[in-house]
Amino acid sequence: MTIEAAGRGDYISIMSIWKYANPVKFLALSSRVQPVLWALAAGCVAVGLIWGFFGTPDDFRQGSTVKIIYLHVPAALMAINAWFMMLITSLIWLVRRHHVSALAAKAAAPVGLVMTLIALVTGAIWGQPMWGTWWAWDPRLTSFLILFLFYLGYIALWEAIEDPDTAADLTSILCLVGSVFAVLSRYAVQFWNQGLHQGTSIPVATGGRTVADVFFYPLVISMIGFGLLFLALVLYRTGTEIRLRRTQALRARLEREL
Amino acid sequence: MIALLIRDLRLALRAGGGFGLGLAFFLIVTTLVPFSVGPEPALLASIAPGVLWLGALLACLLSLDRLLALDFEDGTLDLLLTAPLPLEAAVSVKALAHWLTTGLPLVLAAPVLGVLLNLPVAGYGWLVVSLALGTPALSVIGTFGAALTVGIKRGGLLLSLLVLPLYVPTLIFGAEAARRGAAGTDVSTPLLMLAGITLATIACMPFASAAVLRMGLR
Repeated sequence: MTIEAAGRGDYISIMSIWKYANPVKFLALSSRVQPVLWALAAGCVAVGLIWGFFGTPDDFRQGSTVKIIYLHVPAALMAINAWFMMLITSLIWLVRRHHVSALAAKAAAPVGLVMTLIALVTGAIWGQPMWGTWWAWDPRLTSFLILFLFYLGYIALWEAIEDPDTAADLTSILCLVGSVFAVLSRYAVQFWNQGLHQGTSIPVATGGRTVADVFFYPLVISMIGFGLLFLALVLYRTGTEIRLRRTQALRARLEREL
Repeated sequence: MIALLIRDLRLALRAGGGFGLGLAFFLIVTTLVPFSVGPEPALLASIAPGVLWLGALLACLLSLDRLLALDFEDGTLDLLLTAPLPLEAAVSVKALAHWLTTGLPLVLAAPVLGVLLNLPVAGYGWLVVSLALGTPALSVIGTFGAALTVGIKRGGLLLSLLVLPLYVPTLIFGAEAARRGAAGTDVSTPLLMLAGITLATIACMPFASAAVLRMGLR
């Protein structure tokens, strides 16, 4: 930073994230970052999945079905994190009224929905040979189904309201309230039925893990890949939403002038 | 506040609709269940608490779209928005009125319908207690859903999509308490959780509903 810019620069460096609340700056950054993100995401997902699928041995009890873990776990991870991201961007919208934030939440919802669907479907495909059933009313499965319903409701509310700012407001509140109830449902469901689903394979809190190294490294790469893929998708979709909003504004102005 | 409550109650009683409709719906759902699962008494007895809870929940849901929509159409909501009464209080009163006209009759009707489903004798008391504890939460959460969809045309279906996932914890604990009561086991844990959910929603949801109403009507 040059010296003459320091006076203003202090402020900017403190508020550096908020600079990208400006749609123009956001779009400029996002279009610069996106090619890299897409390449990294494609690389990681490809390496993780191919290594996971061809490069790891069959599990001695689960056979080759264990390999669905490379799709299932990262998708489930992103399904939950997408909702977290929506929660945070909704809060930012409610507090600071940055349109980019609200549009990012809107853009993330369908991605999260698809991730939830992937987790549910791959889980069912794995569960059929392993548990002998496509579906069980297990706490984790049930929580994911409820999460799926929350995504559906959230997206439906966005679509139903015409005024974009009101829609952003109402969906933000729904996201906040929904988060509380989603957590509540998670524990209620746990109380309601004992689980069939195994515990987490990589407990972060205890640092230990129940997955052997051969399976673990491709899994981590795959998880990183899905994270990057999610980020790239959200940036891309947010850009689309911003441009869509701009087109609408231009069209409204055109109509007024005519 | 009391004037608003009396007005809402009077409207519900005199204009018909919501008051009897919820009860009739509850009766019909309970009647249809034996047709769909078969008339064996043992089976009916085992599913009775859950069916009665689900029926009450759906009957509650049915009357939600009228909760604020009528006031929105005739402009009462705009008046309430500018009234000296805080909107949070107005929304709470609306929820209370909804519970008195929909929830309470359902609670009172549930034991009668329990007879139809062959509910075990031990279950009646706990069914009524769990419904009495749980239905206020249904009304309060429902008010939030109604506030979200108030300005939307044909918002009824959307309302159910939004509200039903929010009903999950209440239904789980409520039905669990009724089921344990019917089976004669300890009901204290689900009942306490249910009471907790109800109190927490009564305390917190009016703020969310009022915020949503202000944004929607701006």
